[in-house]
Amino acid sequence: MRRFWAEYAENRVALFALIVVVCVIAAALLAPWIAPQDPFDLAALDLTDARRPPGTVGSSGMTHWLGTDAQGRDLLSAILFGLRISLQMGVVAGAVALTIGVTLGLLAAHAGGWIENAVMRVIDLQLAFPPILLALVLVAILGQGKLPLIVALVTAQYAYFARTAYGAAAAERQKEYIEAARATPLSPARVVFGHILPNCLPPLMVVATVQVANAIALEATLSFLGLGLPPTEPSLGMLIANGFPYMMSGRSWISVYPGVALIILIVAINLVGDQLRDQFNPRLRR
Amino acid sequence: MTGYIIQRLLQAALVMLAMSALVFVGVHAIGNPIDLLISPDATQDIRAAVIAHYGLDQPLWRQYLAFLGRLLSGDLGRSLVFNIPVTELVFSRLPATLELALSAVLIGAFVGVPLGIWAGYRPDSAISRGIMAVSVLGFSVPTFWVGLILILTFAVNLGWLPAGSRGPTVEVFGIGWSFLTLEGLSFMLLPVLNLSLFKLALMIRLARAGTREVMLSDTVKFARAAGLSEFTILRHHVLRLIAIPLVTVFGLEFGSTLAFAVVTETIFSWPGVGKLIIDSITSLDRPVMVGYLVLVAFLFVTLNLVVDLSYALLDPRLRRGGRAA
Repeated sequence: MRRFWAEYAENRVALFALIVVVCVIAAALLAPWIAPQDPFDLAALDLTDARRPPGTVGSSGMTHWLGTDAQGRDLLSAILFGLRISLQMGVVAGAVALTIGVTLGLLAAHAGGWIENAVMRVIDLQLAFPPILLALVLVAILGQGKLPLIVALVTAQYAYFARTAYGAAAAERQKEYIEAARATPLSPARVVFGHILPNCLPPLMVVATVQVANAIALEATLSFLGLGLPPTEPSLGMLIANGFPYMMSGRSWISVYPGVALIILIVAINLVGDQLRDQFNPRLRR
Repeated sequence: MTGYIIQRLLQAALVMLAMSALVFVGVHAIGNPIDLLISPDATQDIRAAVIAHYGLDQPLWRQYLAFLGRLLSGDLGRSLVFNIPVTELVFSRLPATLELALSAVLIGAFVGVPLGIWAGYRPDSAISRGIMAVSVLGFSVPTFWVGLILILTFAVNLGWLPAGSRGPTVEVFGIGWSFLTLEGLSFMLLPVLNLSLFKLALMIRLARAGTREVMLSDTVKFARAAGLSEFTILRHHVLRLIAIPLVTVFGLEFGSTLAFAVVTETIFSWPGVGKLIIDSITSLDRPVMVGYLVLVAFLFVTLNLVVDLSYALLDPRLRRGGRAA
């Protein structure tokens, strides 16, 4: 473990990305305490403060470092709370997709026969469709809201986990230690989850990292298109969408700053994922 | 080979059937379109008449069977909002999307592949690092955000290019096209750039990985020993060896570009099918939603089939395997 960290820290970019990810998560978790304003508290908003450029001092004497939006909301606070919602959606969707996908993948690899064929056929088929299209169909069918959105994100993503888990498990099941474990009276579930699963974890960790970033990006896209979360839960995508109409008149900060926050988050997570992939890849080891 | 083709065709038909049922039942679950069509103070009789007219009083399975029957004869129903046949509506919007998607995929291929080959040929040079940075950005930054930045930079701040809509078109064969006039091209440039960035990133990555592998192979060593110039080696040996996977991805990506066009078209208010589906989702225009989704599913299944079959043609090993199965 220590060697792993030492190797990780060798790549400066990846180390920096990890620090950024940790800081962003911390900022999102602490948003209610560190945000200068509660963006949901309508009483604190003053319409005379609406659409002020960054650095303006508002009517309450507060400095809006990143400006205000169309409702006079402090943008920095809105972004911190938006990060919270975006991260929450990404992590929840990623975790559910991971659980479903890994279970299916391991089941297919373990069961073999027609179950293996059927499950993997469906998954391959699904992987041929772009996730955005699947998510769009589901949001269209299920309507809007938190739960439909999570269902849409999970459906768009579980197949990647299943594919990865299946690939890793299918390689493991040939090995002798699995044969030995199967020969003992251990239950099949024990063999699958206790012996095969731990050896599939490295590739799954890489996929999980990347998929959380993808889920956040997908959620932002859907929210931007007006098909995501309800207006009561403004994620980063919705903040960007809200600012879009004002962009033409030169008030670009309302869209740009939430977008910058989103990009920093996504790119940083992806960089961490890239480094993990390189470290777990035995072919790149000297 | 014939057995393989028949097997794949049957599979494709089955997938289409499943997709159409799924989409039909699914789309049926949302909202009541009748509320949109009739004013709230209409009498019960008018209400019932309209419901019967659209066949909405029948049980779901009967509606689906009727839908399937009409589908096979190419009739996807009428749009509830525009009141014209869905097929007509979708096909009137399709050229705008095709124009966009095709240009994006072509840019991805003709710019991305050479850049990728270069990045794989000289992996440690500064240029290659730059190319890879572009590729990483293209992968991780969401399309809609790139679109916003393009509009902000080139339309709002610099004022060089229009921020949206399609601009004038030239009629050829009764269809309006943008790419034939300079002004039309100026409207196309930003959306195409936006849509192509992801393809570009993908093509760079694939071409680079392929080139790195091929450069280490004996083929290249022998070619070098034969005194061929580096350019000839790249052009005739490397490109040819990495071409097959690239062609496959190219085919599949064309389909996904049509899907991604949803985002780009919405941002640039480009009047294609992508914008149509978003509009019909928000206005609960059920027949258009079903029609679009079935059409896109059909497109995907067809593309997959074509790619699979051409793979079998290109790779004799698969062909033999298919015959055995």
